[in-house]
Amino acid sequence: MNLLDQVKQAILAPNGIQELHIEQVMHNLLSAAVDEADLYFQSSHSESWSLEGGIVKEGSHSIEQGVGVRAVAGEKTGFAYSERIELPILLRAADNVKAIVKQGQHVKVNVQPAKDWPTYYPTFNPLKSLADQEKVALLHKLDVETRQLDSRIEDVMISLMGVHDNILVASQDGSLVADIRPLVRLNVTVIVVAADGRRERGSMGGGARADYGYFIDQDLALSYGKEALRQALVNLEAEDAPAGNMTVVLGSGWPGILLHEAIGHGLEGDFNRKGTSAFSGRVGERVASDLCTVVDDGTLVGRRGSLSIDDEGTPTQNTVLIEKGILKGYLQDKLNARLMGVSSTGNGRRESYAHMPMPRMTNTYMLPGASDPEEIIRSVKNGLYAKNFGGGQVDITSGKFVFSASEAYLIENGKITRPVKGATLVGNGPDVLTKVSMVGNDLALDSGVGTCGKEGQSVPVGVGQPTLKIDGITVGGTRV
Amino acid sequence: MQNQEEINRLKNIAQDLLNEAKKQGASAAEAALSVDDGLSVTARLGDVETIEYHCGQGLGVTVYFGQRKGSASSTDLSPESIHETVLAACSIARFASEDAYAGLPDKATLATQFPDLDLYHPWTLDATQALAIAIECEQAAREYHPDITNSEGATLSSHQGIRVFGNSLDFIQGYASTRHSLSCSVLGQRGDSMQRDYWYSVARNAAHLESASDIGRKAGERIIKRLDARRISTRQCPVLYSPDVAGGLIGAFLGAISGGNLYRKTSFLLDSLGQAVFPDFIRIHEQPLLKNALGSSAYDAEGVTTQTRDIVSQGIVQGYVLGSYSARKLGLQTTGNAGGVHNLEISSGSDDFAALLKRMDTGLLVTELMGQGVNSVTGDYSRGASGFWVERGEIQYPVEEITIAGNLKDMFKNIVAVGNDMDLRGNIRCGSILLEQMSIAGE
Ligand SMILES: [Zn+2]
Repeated sequence: MNLLDQVKQAILAPNGIQELHIEQVMHNLLSAAVDEADLYFQSSHSESWSLEGGIVKEGSHSIEQGVGVRAVAGEKTGFAYSERIELPILLRAADNVKAIVKQGQHVKVNVQPAKDWPTYYPTFNPLKSLADQEKVALLHKLDVETRQLDSRIEDVMISLMGVHDNILVASQDGSLVADIRPLVRLNVTVIVVAADGRRERGSMGGGARADYGYFIDQDLALSYGKEALRQALVNLEAEDAPAGNMTVVLGSGWPGILLHEAIGHGLEGDFNRKGTSAFSGRVGERVASDLCTVVDDGTLVGRRGSLSIDDEGTPTQNTVLIEKGILKGYLQDKLNARLMGVSSTGNGRRESYAHMPMPRMTNTYMLPGASDPEEIIRSVKNGLYAKNFGGGQVDITSGKFVFSASEAYLIENGKITRPVKGATLVGNGPDVLTKVSMVGNDLALDSGVGTCGKEGQSVPVGVGQPTLKIDGITVGGTRV
Repeated sequence: MQNQEEINRLKNIAQDLLNEAKKQGASAAEAALSVDDGLSVTARLGDVETIEYHCGQGLGVTVYFGQRKGSASSTDLSPESIHETVLAACSIARFASEDAYAGLPDKATLATQFPDLDLYHPWTLDATQALAIAIECEQAAREYHPDITNSEGATLSSHQGIRVFGNSLDFIQGYASTRHSLSCSVLGQRGDSMQRDYWYSVARNAAHLESASDIGRKAGERIIKRLDARRISTRQCPVLYSPDVAGGLIGAFLGAISGGNLYRKTSFLLDSLGQAVFPDFIRIHEQPLLKNALGSSAYDAEGVTTQTRDIVSQGIVQGYVLGSYSARKLGLQTTGNAGGVHNLEISSGSDDFAALLKRMDTGLLVTELMGQGVNSVTGDYSRGASGFWVERGEIQYPVEEITIAGNLKDMFKNIVAVGNDMDLRGNIRCGSILLEQMSIAGE
């Protein structure tokens, strides 16, 4: 059975919805003069298991199913959703949302399955890739093996999550596309206590659009335990971070969250179409040093941020945002692309059927440069090496961003010396990349844990970068 | 929504879930149901931008097989789904470990009094009426000043919902509530510097919302004040948190005295019961039975009676924030806080905002915080901030792109005063908070 038929079987058939019903609803929607209209059907099964204090304390299973109905005309959007996938409800929703447009029209729609499109992950159900017994055994084994690593470990907390998401998008051109999106994630938190009673915590996790075998192959699970422990022990030794403006070297991989916060959000089409982003109207201008090329790529095989099609049914792509320092373009969904006179870049994403799509990132990263990472450290007389980060946040309009280092060290005379804690970096998005003076040859993508929030909607994303040197960024520590 | 009828329908489904759990062999169970519907309308640049109709429903069940626990939820309320959801929860419980502390709360702690908290005030308004209010609000903001050049729009939301909760100790209760809000976000520009700011109002009863034009004008006022923001140099100085960010400090305190962080020992306030964490003029009290308030409830997420109580009095911690699980782990009694606190209020002094500025004399007024730089294990605190530089008790100029840092333990001790300019829009009701000194990182 092909992917589209599988999804129809999973969502439409149990609710007695057929293509002719979709045509009927679409016909109703299109009796108003709309530019875009779509129905988004979703059935999502997810589970989570958690271990702490050496026992698997709880697990939960969740089924979310529903349909979102949308009509767009000009800049106006009407939207309704329901957990009940029933024809009368769909027709009523169509009546409500098309009221956004006053004028009428008459359009006939023939629903047609779209031609094949490339897919970037398998379509299996990860929840079924291990028996419940084996999931629990995986957690116990990881707990025991992690605890054996160091006697200072006081507790280990592990969580395992899996999602099996089926979506189907019917658009006003009659196209019908579907996707099956597996997603798994494993997280380990280690709490260590020093002889003097000082406590610290370290966390590491990873995930992918894959099944649970992902964590078992190559013993990835234990590598998370080891890394969480290492970070906790480093933090145990850490002293207060300095405060002030200094040269900062960012590590490779997850610190790419800098690109996501400082650059990526500001390049989303909606903010730029409305002129509310610090990057508005700046295509063709220099926004970074010529060492910087930044892309958003939804097509990476198996990555957490990847999608075969976005939530409007547009195939994803590799979009160049910044090329050698010059701003090339924005991330677009259908509405904003139409209003800006460009094509959708396949970045129309939504948290679920109950949310409206908008331009969102997929996997955002900087391409590698020529410098050896050790040479980058050696080039810094005094500064900060921010190896890993917690979360970040950005004000799109002013461009100001913040993020917190979860592992950082002082650089003194070209050498990494003492660990510091509590370092927060603040800066200005349109400026920060202009101060990039060295780019490493060590591009790494994050381990697959990113979740991006925008207007109350969460979606999985990926980030990545090589080691970067930034000449002057404000570090907010306590040591003034 | 025919309320009583709908509450009864959901109570019946909850009872079906509990019966099904028993039938499938569970020794104890909890069931929760919710239905919501609502309307959100956004106006931007004087015209409609979005109209959203919300209509959601869900059920959840937790089962116990002795000391083993499993949970499941679904958006489908049909009888087949009830069977399947309970089956999923039971299957998980079978593979979970025995946990000596797992289980329902003690029956004696369950709520038995259910006063009417006056939480249900439906607002009958259609999309056209909602749009008119949103347009008025946005217009007031855009007309406030010529430097207001763009807008993210004004949004009016009106929601109503029903929550039902039951457990196998014969507790089964439900109530209807409403929540209405109006918000406005506009942009100002002077030269190259563009800034965004917003204001909002939220209430159970639409009659208690600030007027559309007031909300718009406040959003406009806020944005104009922060144009031409500058950076300041790295230094140490007093910091005044405005009410809308001061609640976050109290939120960090609540996190540190909540059961989960205490029994995991991931709190910087372990063993703080009976200890002076704040100066002696600080009282923090919980008021779950306030009529009309956003955080009101007669029972918590486990059906346990909520308590009107002092969490802090004379600066000393009087009680933690516990559900029955964390209470058992700590050898204490539940405080009726499964699912969180209810209308926490920080008692204020007699100083209004202007008096606090005078009292600070020279320092930083913080009106916005960014980022997650709070370590709950150590209390280390470092966040991005913007606000105003204050000298001789007067605001001098707006400030941005700096961080403020300290350790929460010291920060709590160093509270100099709490203002009477209380923000009532959230579950933590708090006025401005003046701290003696923090580290500022800037230019
Ligand atoms: Zn984001």
